[in-house]
Amino acid sequence: MRCAVVVFPGSNCDRDAYHVLKNVFCLDSHYVFHEESFSPDEFDLIVLPGGFSFGDYLRAGAIARFSPVMESVRRAAELGKFVLGICNGFQILTESGLLPGALLRNRNLKFICRDVYVRVTNNRTAFTCSLQLGEVLRLPIAHGEGRYFVPSDRLKVEQIVFQYCDEHGTVTDEANPNGSILNIAGIINERGNVLGMMPHPERCCEEILGNTDGRKIFESLIAYFSWRKEHAAD
Amino acid sequence: MLRIENTGLTQREYWSILERLSREPNDVELAMISVMWSEHCSYKHSKNSLRRLPTSGPRVIQGPGENAGVVDIGDGLAVVFKMESHNHPSAIEPFHGAATGVGGIVRDVLAMGARPIALLDSLRFGDASKPRVKYLFNGVVSGISFYGNCIGVPTVGGEVYFHPCYEQNPLVNVMCVGLAERRHLKFSKSVRPGASVLLAGSLTGRDGIGGASFASETISKDSESKRPCVQIADPFMEKLLIEACVEAAKLDAVLAIQDLGAAGLTSACSEIASKSGNGIFIDLSRVPVREKGMSAAEILLSESQERMLLIVEKGKEDGVEKIFKKWGLRISKIGEITDDGWFTAVHDGVVVARIPAKLLTEVPTIPLEPATNRRVYRTQFDLLVPSDVERVFLELLASPNICSKRCVFEQYDHMVGTDTVMRPGHDAAVLRIKDSSKAIAVTTDCNPFYCFADPHVGAEIAVCEAARNLIVTGAEPLGLTDCLNFGDPEKPEVAYQFEAAIEGIRDASLSLNIPVVSGNVSFYNETENSRVHPTPVIGMVGLIEDVSKVCSASFKKPGDVIVLLGPIEAGIHLCEYTRTIHKLEDLPAPTIDLDLEKRVQRCCLTAIKKGLLSSAHDVSEGGLAIALAESCILGNMGAECEIRTSTRTDFLLFGEEQSRILVSLPQENLEKLAELAEAENVPFTVLGRVGGRELTIKVNGRKIIDQPVRKLREIYEGSLERLLSL
Repeated sequence: MRCAVVVFPGSNCDRDAYHVLKNVFCLDSHYVFHEESFSPDEFDLIVLPGGFSFGDYLRAGAIARFSPVMESVRRAAELGKFVLGICNGFQILTESGLLPGALLRNRNLKFICRDVYVRVTNNRTAFTCSLQLGEVLRLPIAHGEGRYFVPSDRLKVEQIVFQYCDEHGTVTDEANPNGSILNIAGIINERGNVLGMMPHPERCCEEILGNTDGRKIFESLIAYFSWRKEHAAD
Repeated sequence: MLRIENTGLTQREYWSILERLSREPNDVELAMISVMWSEHCSYKHSKNSLRRLPTSGPRVIQGPGENAGVVDIGDGLAVVFKMESHNHPSAIEPFHGAATGVGGIVRDVLAMGARPIALLDSLRFGDASKPRVKYLFNGVVSGISFYGNCIGVPTVGGEVYFHPCYEQNPLVNVMCVGLAERRHLKFSKSVRPGASVLLAGSLTGRDGIGGASFASETISKDSESKRPCVQIADPFMEKLLIEACVEAAKLDAVLAIQDLGAAGLTSACSEIASKSGNGIFIDLSRVPVREKGMSAAEILLSESQERMLLIVEKGKEDGVEKIFKKWGLRISKIGEITDDGWFTAVHDGVVVARIPAKLLTEVPTIPLEPATNRRVYRTQFDLLVPSDVERVFLELLASPNICSKRCVFEQYDHMVGTDTVMRPGHDAAVLRIKDSSKAIAVTTDCNPFYCFADPHVGAEIAVCEAARNLIVTGAEPLGLTDCLNFGDPEKPEVAYQFEAAIEGIRDASLSLNIPVVSGNVSFYNETENSRVHPTPVIGMVGLIEDVSKVCSASFKKPGDVIVLLGPIEAGIHLCEYTRTIHKLEDLPAPTIDLDLEKRVQRCCLTAIKKGLLSSAHDVSEGGLAIALAESCILGNMGAECEIRTSTRTDFLLFGEEQSRILVSLPQENLEKLAELAEAENVPFTVLGRVGGRELTIKVNGRKIIDQPVRKLREIYEGSLERLLSL
C-alpha cells in the first residue's frame, strides 16, 4: 500500500501521520507538498493531516482547498483511492466538497484537546472493517472548529461512521464535546473511499503513548486493501 | 540635556555614551542606544548578580549568553531551552501579549538550530473572582491557545497561581524546549566577516516600536496608551518560519540564526556582531517594509513579530533562499558582517547610524542597593486546629492554587508531535525522543508565597521542587532556566528580594548539581499601589534513559503499599492551609535542608530506576492529604491510610514541609525501598495501602477523612472552571 501525506503550509500533524504509516505500519509512505500534483493511481491512500493549513485564518480548510494538490486528490478519489482526512484534513474535505456538510466552531467557542470516546456506527467501510459495530474507541481530539453540521437531506445515515459517546458506547449530549449534529465525529462519502474524522487516530497507535485504539482504523484499511488485492487477483 | 528626555537614559549614562563615541550621537543612534540601554535589553541592574549563578557542567553545551541554553543528551542530540516573560504586554493586551510571548521564545529556540518540541506556561493572576482578572485570564489563555496550537508545538505543562498582588500586573512566562542534532546547532560566535545578513519572515512595520522601553517601566494609568507597543501575533507565519529554519539549520552555509525580538533589527544585528567580535553593515532600503515612508529609526527599532536574521556564507545564499521561498516566505539580503566592529546602517544611500556594536551591547551595570532590614514575621498567632478537618480538606482541594488546571490545559494541544508520554496534570510532562529509548521530562515551578516570605528560601524551594517534579518521573535533572519576575530594582526592598533569590537559586543548584543554562529577568512588575511577589520561576529539563521505566503520580494497583519518603512531622509555617483557611500570610516559609533534599531525590530516583515503585508524587501545595488525593484521582483508585504521630493534625495533613515524595509500591519491594532509604538516611513512613473507591485517612486511630474518589475528582477538576465561570 503506497501512502501519501499531503503537506499544506500550516499542517501540523503531517509528520505524526507519516511516522505512524511509515514506522508503525511499515508502509511505503511519502510526503506530497501542496503545490505538487500526482497521477490518480500513484497512491493507494492519501492522508490529509491535521493542523492549521494557511493558518485557518479565514475558516478552517477554506484556503487549502484551492491548493494545486487538491485537484490530484479529487481525481484519485474519483478513481476509488482511499482518502483519509483527519481534523483539519476533514475540514479541507468538506470545504472542497469531497464530503458533505461543514465544521463549525465548537459550541463552547474554545479549543478542546482531550480524549473522547467514539462509537463505530458503521463497520462496513474500508476504514472500520476490522472493528465491531458499536465498538467504542478512545481517541484524542484537538480542535476549535469540530462541530459538524449537515442538512438532513445531504447525508445518509450509513455515511455516519463515528459518533461521540460515553465510555459505555451510549451516544449522549454530555458525551458530545463540540455540539456536533447527531454526535457525528466522522463520516464517509457514498462511494465509501473518502473518510473525514475529527479525532486523531495517529495520536494513539503506540503503547508508549498509553493508547493504541487508533491502530484499528489503519489496520482495517490495510486488511481491506490486501483483501481487495487478493480478490482482484482471483 | 534636553536630548535625553523621553529616552530613559540617565545623565550619567549619556555622558558615558559621549565618552565612548567621542561625539554626540545623531537622533537615529540615540534612539538605538536608548532602547538597547533599557533594562529590558541590557540587564544593567541584574547582570552583576546573575554572574553568581553556576552555569557549567559536563552536560552543558551552551550556558547563558546565546539565544537559549543547550544541554547534551547523548546520541548526538541536544536539548535547547529557555523561559521568557511577556508580563507588561499581557497586562494591557492579554491575548496578543501572551501570544507574542509564545512566538518570541519559540524563535529563541529556533535560533539555536533546534526544532521546538514543547511549550510550558507559568502564569500568575490576581484574585480569580474579580472581573478584570477573569478578562486577563481568558485573554492570556486564549492567546497561548491560539498561537501554540497553530504552530503545532505541544503545550505540555506549566502552572497557574492566583494572588491579589498580580491583579494589575499578571505574569506570563513561557518556556520553550527544542531538540537538535548537535552538529546542526548554531552559535553567534561562528559568524565571520564577509558573511551575508539575510532577513526572513514578516514585513517590517510600525508595530511594537518602543516595546523594550515600555517593559522597563512600571505599569501605570498611562500604560493603556502603550497598547500600540504590543505587537500583533501571526502564528501561521511563525509555523512557516519554524519549518524553514529547521530545514536551513541543516546547511553548513548557515553560520548563525538570530531572532528579532525586543529592539528589533538593532538588537539582533548588534548581538550577532558583538558576540562574534565583528561589525555589521545593513542597508535599510533593502528591508521589506509594510508601509511607505518608514524612517530609519522606525525600521531599526520595529518589533514586528515573526522575523529572523540568518547569517550565511557569502555566495551560498541561494540554497537558503530556496528553502524560505518553498515555504512561501520572504527573504532578502540586507547587509553583511564586517571586520571593523561597527554597526553601520545606511538608508537611501546615506549613512544614518555608525556606532561601535559593543556600545549597544556592553552597557554599564548599575549596582543594586538592597535593603538590609529583614521581614518581620508574626510570632503571636492564634492557630487552632479546625474542628472539621475534613471540610478544610475539601476546601483546599477546591482552592484555585491547588485544584486541577484541566480547564486551562485542555485548551492547549498538548499531544501534537505524538511524543507526549505523560500529559499535563502530573508533576512533570514527559516527551519521548523518537528513534531512541530516551525521553525528557520538563517542568516549571515557583511558589511565590514562600518567595515573598523569604526570597532566599523560596528560590531554593523552587529549584528543589522543580527537580523533585522531574525525579518522580524517573528523570535526572540536566539543567535549568530561570525567569525572574520582580518589582522596581531601584527600590531597596526589591533589590534585596532579587539578590536573595539569586543566592537561593545558586545554593540549590550547586547543592543539587543542576547548572543554570539560560534565563530572563523581568523588573518593574509593579503599579502605583501594588507590587508582585518576588517570583523566580524555575524551568527544568531532565533526561530519562529508558522511557519504558517512566513513573507517574497515579496509584496503579490495589494492595500497593503507600510510603512517604522524607519527614512526616511538620512545623507551623506559611502554606496554602494557613493562607486559605486562616487568612495568614505573614508566617515564615517552610524550611529546606538541601542535603536532605538531595538524599530524598537520590533515593527516589534509584528506586524508580530499579523498577521498585508503582507511583511517585511530589508532596507540595496542600501537603500530604492533597498529595494522597491527587494520586487517588489520577489513578481513579482509593487508598486507606493510618498515621500515628505527635504532630498536630492540621499541619500533618496540610503542612508543606519540603523534601517529601509520596510513593506506592508492591509489598514485595517494600524491604528493598526501606534499605535504600536507610542507606541514604531518608525518613521513611508506611502510610497505608492503595485500594477501594474511597480515600480514608486515620490519624492516631481517629478517622479524619473519608471521601469517595469520584467526589474528590469532581471537586478537584471542576472547581477552577466554576470559579472563573468559563
